[in-house]
Amino acid sequence: QLSLFRFTVKRPFSTSHSSVDSKEMKKFQLLAHKWWDEEGEYAALHSMNDIRVPFIRDTLLSMSSNYHLGNPLSGIKILDVGCGGGLLSEPLGRLGASVTGIDPVEDNIRTADQHKSFDPVLAKRIQYKSSSLEEIVEESMETFDVIVASEVVEHVADLEMFIKCCSQVLKPEGSLFITTINKTQLSYVLGIVVAEKILGIVPEGTHEWEKFVPPEELQRLLESSGFSVKTVNGMLYNPLSGSWSWVESTSLNYAVHAVKSGARAQSHATDTPPETDIQQHSATAGTAG
Amino acid sequence: SSAAMAALRGRALLAPLGARLRAGPRAPLRSAASAPPLYDVVVSGGGMVGSAMAAVLGHDIHFHDKKIALLEAGPRKEYNHMPDSYSNRVSSISPGSATLLSSCGAWDHVCSLRLKPFRRMQVWDACSEAMIVFEKDDLDDMGYIVENDVIMSALTKQLDAVADRVEVFYRSKAVGYTWPLPSHSCDASPWVQVELADGRRLQTKLLIGADGHNSVVRKEAEIKNIEHQYDQSAVVATLHLSEATDNNVAWQRFLPTGPIALLPLSDTASSLVWSTSHDHASELLAMDEESFVDSINSAFWSNINHSDFIDTAGAMFRSAISLLKPSGTAVRQLPPSVAKVDPESRAMFPLGMGHAAEYVQHRVALIGDAAHRVHPLAGQGVNLGFGDIACLAHHLSAAAFNGSDLGSLKHLLKFETERQRHNVSLIAATDVLKRLYSTTLAPLVLLRTWGLQATNALPPVKVRI
Repeated sequence: QLSLFRFTVKRPFSTSHSSVDSKEMKKFQLLAHKWWDEEGEYAALHSMNDIRVPFIRDTLLSMSSNYHLGNPLSGIKILDVGCGGGLLSEPLGRLGASVTGIDPVEDNIRTADQHKSFDPVLAKRIQYKSSSLEEIVEESMETFDVIVASEVVEHVADLEMFIKCCSQVLKPEGSLFITTINKTQLSYVLGIVVAEKILGIVPEGTHEWEKFVPPEELQRLLESSGFSVKTVNGMLYNPLSGSWSWVESTSLNYAVHAVKSGARAQSHATDTPPETDIQQHSATAGTAG
Repeated sequence: SSAAMAALRGRALLAPLGARLRAGPRAPLRSAASAPPLYDVVVSGGGMVGSAMAAVLGHDIHFHDKKIALLEAGPRKEYNHMPDSYSNRVSSISPGSATLLSSCGAWDHVCSLRLKPFRRMQVWDACSEAMIVFEKDDLDDMGYIVENDVIMSALTKQLDAVADRVEVFYRSKAVGYTWPLPSHSCDASPWVQVELADGRRLQTKLLIGADGHNSVVRKEAEIKNIEHQYDQSAVVATLHLSEATDNNVAWQRFLPTGPIALLPLSDTASSLVWSTSHDHASELLAMDEESFVDSINSAFWSNINHSDFIDTAGAMFRSAISLLKPSGTAVRQLPPSVAKVDPESRAMFPLGMGHAAEYVQHRVALIGDAAHRVHPLAGQGVNLGFGDIACLAHHLSAAAFNGSDLGSLKHLLKFETERQRHNVSLIAATDVLKRLYSTTLAPLVLLRTWGLQATNALPPVKVRI
């Protein structure tokens, strides 16, 4: 298994063995300079910060006992996969985290680098790199406390491999945060037809319904890769107010928090049901070098 | 139909925001090495409202690692103990404002310097017997009369306490502001540039304008201001009462020329705020001390403006009310009489009203008199400013805890909506009251007489006020 990963690293942007889809890259390239227009094409992503940042922040705060006044995420190393123009990296950086943002589209990284450059505090706390997730796996084994993959997994070519790579660069008991779109009739009607073609909330052609991920499928993939899913929350966008809120239903958008199993499986015995424990054991046995 | 579609788009509803992103003069691009120091917040104006804004933010836990600057054109003001005589500039502080000052630790200093709580407010008409009394049922204070110097001194102490976060620039006047282009045009500095009189430059993510009713921040941001000069000036003075008394009542009488108010300072002293025509105000300042004291006593005690018609009509209305609601008329107390005025304490300043069409723009917020200016008759001026601070600090604190860009219009607009909703009705009501009470015309006097009596008799309305 490991040798396959090494092979993949030497062949960037290969559609069959990489999580990056080159067609997807082209779509984002065209809009690279539009990231920071709060009322432009990415307005909905800007306002998503109002719920995803508190979600990440509060989850991490509840798991840690340290609190640095004014910098609640101080000391935490975060990997923002598919960071785009840095819309999520910057608030996490402002809260004190050390953020590494990666994105395969070079123009996105250029935009992100330029935007953070005017703020000396952010310029130091955030590092951007034009790269796919696989390309950094080797040098970043078990490096990060947290990975955020927000509005990304619906664009990747090979989701299972993507999750395995996340597991590799994450420290034991590290957190993985994912936000994405469910694959339902409702998400086709509202998420593609209405959002893209009618209301223009999302630039047309951004999403392909086929690549949407149901939460059950995501949960299955996560648990078979050594993660324990802690939270699944539905999200809803109100186009009239331009704001997001948490909802019961995961039929449209949803967020997931999962934790990588620790080095000692016993530490999770109280949180996870027995069958998951056995699965995690066999998963880690399979991929251990 | 494409217009209809555009109207449906969420973005179109946000379109008015585009007008708030000013394309002002471009800020030159500087390399990081030569860039002026960057602050998270710069407050322009170090009066009571500006200083309180900086102190409240400086004491906010989510601003613990942020950099705040306060620009004040004048010198530092601090007293360890007050001089024996009272200052002639005082403010009526509401319990809500006291809570705000408490939250940044300043209220303790105010209490240790000096202040006068009052329990009751009697407001009445010169043209009739109509009167309204405000009193709290419980034993709490209705408000406090505090000298402005005392508040400033307390705030200065609390700013010192957070000097690692808040840098105060005394004797530093801001002479120019350069606004950033909207955030999506990448190559110029996204911050507000501030130039001081001595040539120093600062950059900031959010500029708060607390620079008074002639706000430079508001003018340079080209925010429209609805303003109106009243043809009135306020005369202030420190008065000594004929005899010592509990003095925990605030008095206000509406004369045809304008309201005269007596605000308690101590058992033997009160502060005068007399709003009247410019000519009369100059006369009051010019006359000798004895005549001045006589004018004040006469203004409070004389019935010269009463007419029989109004008195009878008022008395009838009062009997009607006492039939329906026996407790609806309160006992009229008599205001204290004045014996002496503090020499050198007489002063006057012109009055006007003003309201900014917008309180916020991208990276700019206005608070206090820069946003709204009212007639002193309601004793609300500085309390509105403190209310602005409580609201803005709440939204900025939440924004900081969310890692947001502090200058973002999103949360600034929430502040604007909340405060405009609150302020506009109060400012309009104050303006209407001022005009209503500026006349001796019988119908209007009757209207306000009955209105005041009715308001006095109806508890729910009084509580709202």
